[in-house]
Amino acid sequence: MQQFILRKKNPITLLSGILILIAFIGKFAFKQMVLFNTALIIASIIGVLPIAFQAYQALRVKVVSIDVLVTIAVLGAFFIQNYEESAIVTFLFLFGAYLEQRTLNHTRSAIKELTEMAPETALKQMENGEFVEVDVEDVAEGDILLVKTGAKVPVDGTVIQGEGYINEASITGESVPVRKDVGTKVFAGTILENGTLQIVADRVGEDTTFGKIIELVEEAQDSKSEAERFIDRFAKYYTPAVLVLALVVWLFSRDLELAITILVLGCPGALVIGVPVSNVAGIGNGARNGVLLKGSEVIHDFSRVDTVVFDKTGTLTIGNPEVADVKWYTKDKEKVLAYLASVERESDHPLAKAIVAYIGDTPNFTVENTNVKKGGGIVAEVNGRRIAVGNVALMEQEKVPLSGEVRKDITVFERKGNSIVLTAIDGELQVLMGIRDRIRPGVKEDLRKLKKLGVKKLVLLSGDNQGTVDLVAKELGLTEAHGHMLPEDKSAYIKSLQKKGETVAFVGDGVNDSPSLALADIGIAMGNGTDVAIETSDVVLMNSDFSRLPHALGLTKATSNNMRQNIIIAIGVVLILLAGVFFSDWVNMSVGMLVHEASILVVILNGMRLLRYRLR
Amino acid sequence: MKQATLQLETLTCPSCLQKIESAVKAIDGVDQDSVKVMFNSSKVKVTFDDEKTSLEAIERAITALGYEVKKAKAKPV
Repeated sequence: MQQFILRKKNPITLLSGILILIAFIGKFAFKQMVLFNTALIIASIIGVLPIAFQAYQALRVKVVSIDVLVTIAVLGAFFIQNYEESAIVTFLFLFGAYLEQRTLNHTRSAIKELTEMAPETALKQMENGEFVEVDVEDVAEGDILLVKTGAKVPVDGTVIQGEGYINEASITGESVPVRKDVGTKVFAGTILENGTLQIVADRVGEDTTFGKIIELVEEAQDSKSEAERFIDRFAKYYTPAVLVLALVVWLFSRDLELAITILVLGCPGALVIGVPVSNVAGIGNGARNGVLLKGSEVIHDFSRVDTVVFDKTGTLTIGNPEVADVKWYTKDKEKVLAYLASVERESDHPLAKAIVAYIGDTPNFTVENTNVKKGGGIVAEVNGRRIAVGNVALMEQEKVPLSGEVRKDITVFERKGNSIVLTAIDGELQVLMGIRDRIRPGVKEDLRKLKKLGVKKLVLLSGDNQGTVDLVAKELGLTEAHGHMLPEDKSAYIKSLQKKGETVAFVGDGVNDSPSLALADIGIAMGNGTDVAIETSDVVLMNSDFSRLPHALGLTKATSNNMRQNIIIAIGVVLILLAGVFFSDWVNMSVGMLVHEASILVVILNGMRLLRYRLR
Repeated sequence: MKQATLQLETLTCPSCLQKIESAVKAIDGVDQDSVKVMFNSSKVKVTFDDEKTSLEAIERAITALGYEVKKAKAKPV
């Protein structure tokens, strides 16, 4: 019976609306007072049933919910034979709930779109070798799966047969298809645009990169800020307090109508729903635009950032440095290049990669006793000879003599914006290389937008030499730029900024700057959907797209404002209604309910504006 | 101990959360601090002692309040 009535809430709402209409037509067109009262009594009874059941269930678990207030109010109205009020209040309450559900679904739509991109089925190889369609939850690590053209990759896996082009937009935000063949990795939620692949499952379900993104966003939309937790605690005592207030009013004034009116007016509807609605719409907008925001605390802090710190490599620049200038101090170039390439192949440092790419094919020697000097370079042995590759500090540490001429060359190189890589064999300098990176297109404009949004300081911290850093800073109009920074220097610098009372956002690639990402008030990772970036940061810019940064900042500001507006609307409405009750006579139960439901819709619609937010 | 995730019908009133939370917490064997009712994603996450209670019992407690459970799964932790 209970279940049945709760399921049929929508038809009941419609029926009660029709009955109220009949009642009023009967009264005004045909002067039918009996019909009027009968129709309203029926409307009240069927309307109050679902509300009363919900109230009963709430009371059973010791919660005084809004349903409880409304049920008592309706019973009271019935008792004083004001059927008009009882019918209209129940109808408005039910109809309001229906509209809330409809509009709420809209505010949640952006995130729903994302979760619906999750794969549901997979073609799994059975024991007899045939592929059978199964639910994606029945796929285990190590299973062999078939992916056909147009299908979603169901898990994170490795291609073992076939080739094709995959659209990885759901992971990286980049919609240009990527070629995949045997041995390459594929990701759950991406779409095979053409070709056929057989893959072996490496990670399934929530462990896949896509699964983690979804979980992150889902957790984020329901994470609560300090203010929200306060509202929740407040609401817990607020509804019982309204009940007590109404009781006190009734005891003293003996005016039941006034008491039940207070019950209806006291409903906290818009206040408790206003903040979550802004939150979900803001995070949804971000998810749609390649910005993952981890919850409402992050939104709050990010919106107040006044200093943005960048780590250079891969953030302001393309992160694909190239060898631009070379100066030799030896004749035996080929041998040095071969040694150098062999040593640098051991490293995945961006400068090492640039050197390997520059040198190209050379004989590969066995490298022994490789020793990576943090912030300096590499020292290793090849054919019993000691090879040192790195910056000036490393050369001094290795006691490599640097003549005045060499030092002059280095200054010239640095002034051109190069990072310096010196190579010495057995303590003798062989070659000086200058490696340069290009600034990402559009970065200048993006930084200007950040300043317009109220960021006061733009700071660049880099491991590169001061010359390179100054050049980038000058070109981009940064406030401050510091070179020769080790990861621990960067975090120390951020700490000093925070001591001065600044709210600091750190933008990095999420791999070698995790201490700074964690320390800053807001850690922003330029991630290619990598796990590290997703886990260590507060904000992830998908596909390393720098241009999303101003949008992200603007969005958090808009979302914070939106929350504030919703709180003001909610509190304002309650205050106005209460004032109306005590100081005028235009407020009765029905008007109170109407205004309440309207205010709930207003805060939801206000939240929905965030879905369309764009930075101008 | 097991961790359960239950997908409910779309939740619309924040006071539903209080109800569901209290009801789930009232089940013997449920880890009180772990109960998390998520408003926007309409999900319940909870860890429970599978010797004292079951996923079905949690489901029943929520259904008894009048909310539909669309999907429920539990995995060992």
